[in-house]
Order: sequence, then C-alpha cells, then structure tokens
Amino acid sequence: MSLLELQNVHTYYGNIHALKGVSITVNEGEIVTLIGSNGAGKSTTLRTISGLLRPRLGEVLFKGQRIDRMPPHEIVQLGIAQAPEGRRIFPRLTVLENLELGAYIHNANSPEYRRDLERVFDLFPRLRERYTQKGGTLSGGEQQMLAIGRALMTRPNVILLDEPSMGLAPVLVEQIFDIVREINAQGTTVLLVEQNAHMALAIAHRAYVLQTGKIVLEDTAEAVAKNETVQKAYLGLD
Amino acid sequence: MATQSEAGAISAGTRRTTQMLLNQIFGPLLQILYFVIGSAVILGTIVIVLAFLLQGTRSDINLLQGTLIILPQVIVDSLVRGFLYAMIALGYTMVYGVLEFINFAHGEIFMVGAFVVAGFGLMLNSAGLLRDFPGILFVIIAVLLGAAVSGILAVSVERVAYRPLRNSPKLVLLISTIGMSLVLQDLVRIIATSTPLGFNARVLTPDLGSAIRLATLPNPGGRDINVIIDARSMIFIVASIVMLIFLNYLVNVTRVGKAMRAVAQDRPTASLMGINVNNIIALTFLVGGALGGAAGVLFGIRVQAINPYVGFLPGLKAFTAAVLGGIGNITGAMVGGIVLGFLEAFVASYLSLFTAGAFAGANYADIAAFSILIIILIFKPEGLLGEATVQKV
Ligand SMILES: Nc1ncnc2c1ncn2[C@@H]1O[C@H](COP(=O)(O)OP(=O)(O)OP(=O)(O)O)[C@@H](O)[C@H]1O
Ligand SMILES: [Mg+2]
Repeated sequence: MSLLELQNVHTYYGNIHALKGVSITVNEGEIVTLIGSNGAGKSTTLRTISGLLRPRLGEVLFKGQRIDRMPPHEIVQLGIAQAPEGRRIFPRLTVLENLELGAYIHNANSPEYRRDLERVFDLFPRLRERYTQKGGTLSGGEQQMLAIGRALMTRPNVILLDEPSMGLAPVLVEQIFDIVREINAQGTTVLLVEQNAHMALAIAHRAYVLQTGKIVLEDTAEAVAKNETVQKAYLGLD
Repeated sequence: MATQSEAGAISAGTRRTTQMLLNQIFGPLLQILYFVIGSAVILGTIVIVLAFLLQGTRSDINLLQGTLIILPQVIVDSLVRGFLYAMIALGYTMVYGVLEFINFAHGEIFMVGAFVVAGFGLMLNSAGLLRDFPGILFVIIAVLLGAAVSGILAVSVERVAYRPLRNSPKLVLLISTIGMSLVLQDLVRIIATSTPLGFNARVLTPDLGSAIRLATLPNPGGRDINVIIDARSMIFIVASIVMLIFLNYLVNVTRVGKAMRAVAQDRPTASLMGINVNNIIALTFLVGGALGGAAGVLFGIRVQAINPYVGFLPGLKAFTAAVLGGIGNITGAMVGGIVLGFLEAFVASYLSLFTAGAFAGANYADIAAFSILIIILIFKPEGLLGEATVQKV
C-alpha cells in the first residue's frame, strides 16, 4: 500500500496556479525524488503535503487517510516531517533547543527521546560538538545537518527533504546524500526534492519530473536517468 | 575542552546543568541590574556635577547639599517607574515578537488591572473586611486577580479583534488595536460610573506597613541622609522582580517557552515542529496581558486614585521603552523600561531644583525623557539590546 499519495492536487498562491494536478505516490521504505527546474513547484508540493498550503482541488492521503484539510501541527504528529527549503533553523535558539523542538510532540524525558537524540548526533557528530551554539551562527552545511536532524527528531515515517544539497561544497553534498541513504536504510521513507538531479537519481528508487506545476515523467530512478529529455534538461548531458 | 566530553556523557546534553538553568533565569535580571547601576551612576554623576557647576548661581539654598539629600529618593522613584514601564513594555514586546504589530490596546489592559484592585478593595471594604485584612495577602490576591482578569481579557481581544485580521495588512491591524483601546476605555468608564467605584476610583487598601529605612548615610556638610523607601514602592519593586523571574523561567526554561520563542522566530517552521501556533499566540497574549494587569494592580495600590484613562500615558511610555530596548526582545523591554524610568525620575526631580522652580520638573519630564530617547534611537535605531533588524526572521 502506498504510504503517501497525492491525487490530482491543485495548489494556488492567490491567483497563481502553482500545482496543476499533481499526482505522486510514495511507497513505504522508498526514496522517491522529485526533480524539476526553478519554479516548477517542487517546494509547493512539499508544503502542500505538510499542510503549510492547502490544495484547492485534489487529495493528499497518508496511510489512506485524507490529510489535506489538517493543520501542519497535526500532520507532523501522524509521522510526516519536513526539512524545509532554506533550512529554516531557529537562529536564536541553540542547536540542542532546535533539536528539542523537533521532538516537541514527544516526551522529552523518555528513553526514546534520548535514543533519537543519540541517533542524530551519531549521524551528525558536528552537531554534538556544537550543541550549545546558536543555530544562526552555524555554517550552511551545519544548518542543513541541523534541519535534517530536527526533522528526524519528530520520529517520522516519511521525511520530506527540500534541496538538502543546496549551497554545499561537493564533499558535503556526497556526505548529505550518504546520510539520506542511511536514514532510509534505518527505515524512514524519503521524498527528496533536488536540483542536483544527478545525485538524487543515483540514490532514489523512483523519480518524478515536475515541470511548471505538472508531472511530465515518472519512472524508476534508473529509467529517468536514462531518459533523453531528462539528460538534456536536468543532467547537463547531450 | 570540557564541554565535549560532557556532551557525550550526559547523553548529549539532554540534562541541563543547574548552572545553565540559573543563567537562563537570572541572566536577564543580572543585565537589568547592570542597567540599574549604570543609570544610577551616570545620572547621579551628571546631577552632582551640574549641582557643583550651578552652585554659584544660587544663594538661597546649598544646591550640592540639596542634590545629595534627595538622590536616594530619586533612585527609588526611578526604580518604581522603571519596573512599571518594564512590566507593561513586556506585553508590547512579546506580542510584537510573535505577530509583528503594536498592540495599542495594551495600555488599557494595564488600566483594567488597576480597576480590578480598586474593585477588590471596595468589595472588601463594603464587607467590612478591609481594615483587618493582612496587607501582604491583599497584595498577592489582588495581583493574581488582576493578572487573571487582564490576561483573559487580552486573550479575548486577540481572538475577537486581531485573529480574524491576521492576514490583513499591518495597518489594518494597527487600527483595530487603536479601536480596541477606545472600546476598553469606554467599557471601563461605563462600568465604573454605574457602580460605586465611580469615574475617579479610589484604591482602598488595608494598612500596608510604614516606610522602611534602608540606610543612613553620613553627610559631613549637613544633616544625615536617610534612605527611605515607602512600603508601596517596596511592594512594587519586589513584586515586579518576582514576576520577571517567573517570566524568565517560563520563556527560557519551559517547553511552552521554547515554543513561544520558536513561534516568534519562524511561525511556519514552528508549526512544522508540531506547535499549535494559534495556542502559542493566545498564550503570549495571556502572559503579556497578565503582566500588564499585575502592573496595573501595583500601580493602583501605589497611586491610590485612578480613572479609565490612566492606561494611556504609561502605555505609550512603555511602548517607547520596548522600542528603546529593542522591540521583540524580552530582556530589552525590561532594560528599556528601567532606563526610561531613570531618565524620567531624574528630570522630574532635578529640573525644578536646578532652575529654582522656573520649570516644574514633573511637567517637563516627558519632554526631556523623550528627547533623550529620540537621541538614543537616532544613534542606535535597533534599540539598546535589539539585534540588527535583518537578523530578525
Ligand atoms: N509565497 C508565494 N507567493 C506567490 N507565488 C509563489 C510563492 N511561492 C512560490 N510561488 C510561485 O509558485 C511557483 C512554484 O514555486 P516553488 O517554490 O514550488 O518552486 P520550486 O520548484 O521549489 O523552485 P526552486 O527550485 O527554485 O526552489 C513559482 O512560480 C513561484 O513563483
Ligand atoms: Mg523550492
């Protein structure tokens, strides 16, 4: 059964029709990537799933339940976490406080909480070293780690990652993608939005290509990577 | 480095050290203390130097003696005014922190607190209980009552008049807050004039104790200087400090406090953490309103005569104090209040002394204090503790 499903979703910003009937299926255990050029509607898709935006038409289903009329703070409790575009770290809170907020919906005195925190610190040792530092003073890469770590602290079934590699040096990009794969291997389903189609297609199971608010291609990541149009438009090959 | 091994050992800092806790609660108070001492020293030095320079112009009194004799009292007065503005300013700054608009009805929330204590005193009096009521108990009950009424009122105002407009332009919201301010004034006026309270309500209290002598300073040139603080001022200062400690605990240590700070920094992202943003905003109004109401009660107890318009000027000044401290910054609001209180009290007391009464100081205190404020803000527009505005999310 699909874990997360978008059916013919239309989302607007006022009069701007950003998503024009998007349908996406994410199965349990998968890494699904959503690629597309600037302004295609990738972030809009993630914001619609997490409840920050409401679709005007269409449905979002999680474990078969409609969630497109729920507020974001209830959706996260179902097990959907988002590491938003631009990281959105709370700049005047410490690293630890940012992570604690990720676990806001859980009991902070429970062994599970401590286990989650250990897990995040094991994935990102840099965060352990800097746990008393203010979020706003972290480097871009560290902020990205914190954003992912914070999303993991919600204990999600599915994590929505919006361009985790944006603005990172190549070494760090590799590292982040390794970690995404590891997170998936540990049992979390991943919906990954990326400009870096090359890397995204390398780690994903399946892929969707979004173009001006419409899905124009969907297939296994391998097949999408071999698609000629995709190679020209997104992989810089010809 | 100690912190690294420690980080691993305490399960990566899930348990906070007592030291951290104390820092979070008392750190801001320490900062207030610095500003209190700083303001007292700077302004004290200025008046003493002025007195020394102007000494020759006056034959009627010994200016230097006079300056020194009233100085302790002026500082007490500064503290009372300072904490008054600080407590009200918190309401402005907290609401601005989460919603980025100025709630001009907050002065009236404060005024309602003053009427709560007036009503409470009147009721006790007509029941014949007032005279023998223990003073401390009276203050505690009145403060809690005023905080509750004002807090709930503030939440209701937000729900009715601000939340429906949340996505409207800020100007529309601003007009709504001014409208609410007038509505509350007139509501209280109607209630007061149709009850035994009256338009000019007296705040009846039991005996709250007499003045306390804190110290006697030797004064080689004349009679000794007694540092005296009257009981009502003492109550004001102590109660304010207790409430500021409580606020720091709430905001910096508790889970909801963290949620409040998160909502203030980034509302959509806070909601992605599972925080119910509307509840946190309501809570912000509750806490800000409660502090304003408590300040109103203490103000009422101290001045003993109030009317439905007493919220206007303190509200405006507290708003200025919030801006002075850096709007949106909680410690900044406290500090801004203190600084404004000191400026005002010093001008009010010394202007007439230095000009031989040509300028009745009290009448010029506002002008002088506000002029200084404007000057400070020209040179430091983000406020004393404000971060550069670009950093504000
Ligand atoms: N807050 C907004 N108000 C109005 N229009 C918006 C808003 N946010 C996005 N849009 C528009 O919606 C469309 C989709 O934007 P979206 O942010 O989803 O693109 P994206 O695929 O994430 O692009 P990028 O790769 O640049 O992040 C764009 O045309 C954009 O201009
Ligand atoms: Mg985007």
